[in-house]
Amino acid sequence: MSDSRIEVRKTYKLYIGGMFPRSESGRTFVVSDERGAFLANVALASRKDVRDAVAAARRAQSRWAGATAYNRGQVLYRIAEMLEDRRAQFVELVVLSEAVSARIARACVDTAVDRLVWYAGWADKFAQVAGSSNPVAGPYFNFSIPEATGVVAVLAPQASSLLGLVSVVAPAVVTGNAVVVVASELRPLPAVTLAEVLASSDLPGGVVNLLTGRVGELSPVLAAHRDVDAMDLCGAPAALATDLERAAATNVKRVLRPPLAEPDWMELPTPSRMLAFVETKTVWHPIGI
Amino acid sequence: MASNTQLEPVSRRTGQQLGWPGFPSSLSEVTASELGIRRFFGGLPGVDQVGVEGRVAALATRSIKASSKLAALDMAISMVDLTTLEGADTPGKVRALCGKARQPAPLDPDVPSVAAVCVYPDLVEVAKAALTGSSVAVASVAAAFPSGRAELAVKLADVRSAVDAGADEVDMVIDRGAFLAGRYLAVFDEIRAVKEACGQAHLKVILETGELVTYDNVKRSAWLAMLGGADFVKTSTGKVSPAATLPVALVLLEAVRDFDEATGAKVGVKVAGGIRSAKDALRYLVVVKETAGEEWLDPARFRFGASSLLNDLLMQRSKQLTGEYAGPEDFSKE
Repeated sequence: MSDSRIEVRKTYKLYIGGMFPRSESGRTFVVSDERGAFLANVALASRKDVRDAVAAARRAQSRWAGATAYNRGQVLYRIAEMLEDRRAQFVELVVLSEAVSARIARACVDTAVDRLVWYAGWADKFAQVAGSSNPVAGPYFNFSIPEATGVVAVLAPQASSLLGLVSVVAPAVVTGNAVVVVASELRPLPAVTLAEVLASSDLPGGVVNLLTGRVGELSPVLAAHRDVDAMDLCGAPAALATDLERAAATNVKRVLRPPLAEPDWMELPTPSRMLAFVETKTVWHPIGI
Repeated sequence: MASNTQLEPVSRRTGQQLGWPGFPSSLSEVTASELGIRRFFGGLPGVDQVGVEGRVAALATRSIKASSKLAALDMAISMVDLTTLEGADTPGKVRALCGKARQPAPLDPDVPSVAAVCVYPDLVEVAKAALTGSSVAVASVAAAFPSGRAELAVKLADVRSAVDAGADEVDMVIDRGAFLAGRYLAVFDEIRAVKEACGQAHLKVILETGELVTYDNVKRSAWLAMLGGADFVKTSTGKVSPAATLPVALVLLEAVRDFDEATGAKVGVKVAGGIRSAKDALRYLVVVKETAGEEWLDPARFRFGASSLLNDLLMQRSKQLTGEYAGPEDFSKE
């Protein structure tokens, strides 16, 4: 009986605005493991998918930023719970995608869950670290408060397909940004499965949009897009990084430059990635009113 | 008044020539009595709902690229009636809108002006003053907009106040209650009376197709408006959902095409409400070209009643010129 069953060959889709559309272009590409064996078909996103993803992120951003910090923390914690529930599946995907041992893959998935919990805790605390009450020579209270930058384009790390992805997306999202992520080009499977986790957690549609495809094709469109407010070049190819920075300057995007080499994501992060995509608002308030 | 051909459309061709055997030889007989209108409506070929929806669905897949797209976007911009019809409209807001209507994108002088600014009658004077010396017309909604529920005398006073204030175009609403109750003559007489009150101003007749239930009713009301002397038939007030849709636009365009064949009078079509994206606007232009023909691809014959559409047209235009996606912050908001 089991021998005659037809194998289900999955075709993964994009994740835009809380939905799973095919690429507008209709294109897909084959993802293989290290030895070249077929793993899955994955959507090959185009310029127009970038456009749709940015529009979806823009629509979702103000409500997400307007949610209470407590609520954003709860949502991130919920994502961690959902990821934990599907631990075995992610371990298998990381093993297939990154050609690592099951032991290392388990450590990756566990750390990814921990990372989400860690950032969830920051939701109502980062403002205390990045904000301040400023002494001024006048009868005013003067506060500086960090606010979300807006729509952030994220080029996910190329090597670490799950832990690296979570480590760059969670800090951007927790402060109230909406993101458009381009997943690792050769190892997109944990990312598209993470999208399924995001869709079944309480994250509002459009806060995280995930594209799979060629980084070289999608990143210049994101960098030049005038409705994108910031860009994380973490997974950008070295040859492209300078051009992307230059294109991003046309509407003065906030840019987080790529690291020289992909960092060790197992190390406990600092708040720096969260604070890279916030804007400081300073308020003068008359004393006694 | 009787010499005005718009007021008294005459059939130029016989029913045989038109391929429409039931077409009356005298249109004035049609509108002389309730019975005449009913007979005429009885002879109007019915609208094939499935056919209409299938046809627009097919036309909507047509893709317009590169320089044709750029030309189409410019054409759509020049056809926009930039509209603000809120209770909260202020003279300042209307002046700002007029500035945008004159020059939609101040950084790019190649962007054409829009066709008109559409406001409530009490703000016509403000708009008129702000648009002096430009090609942009001032349109005013009137006749108990948006419900159309008032005495004829009140509606006419409304129209006259708009025209006296300098409105170049009057957008009247028909009495949908009377139409749906079958009192066609009452609707016709009202349109005729408003047309007379308009004087030199162009008359657009709002059919509020979202309340008319069937495509046949849309077609009938369009004929009623054209017989009454409308210069334009317009889909919606923008206050009722659904507002403009592609199938309704197709039905209206077929009606004005048939009216042109029968009488030689070219009536325009204005689609209003719910058109927010440039992509939608281009789809309407395709339907216009394929239904009424290229003669209607002109701001004098086809208009978009919209406000947020203009910014999307500008964004797509900039995308087409620079290759980079524009952001909404690049253009002024109404």
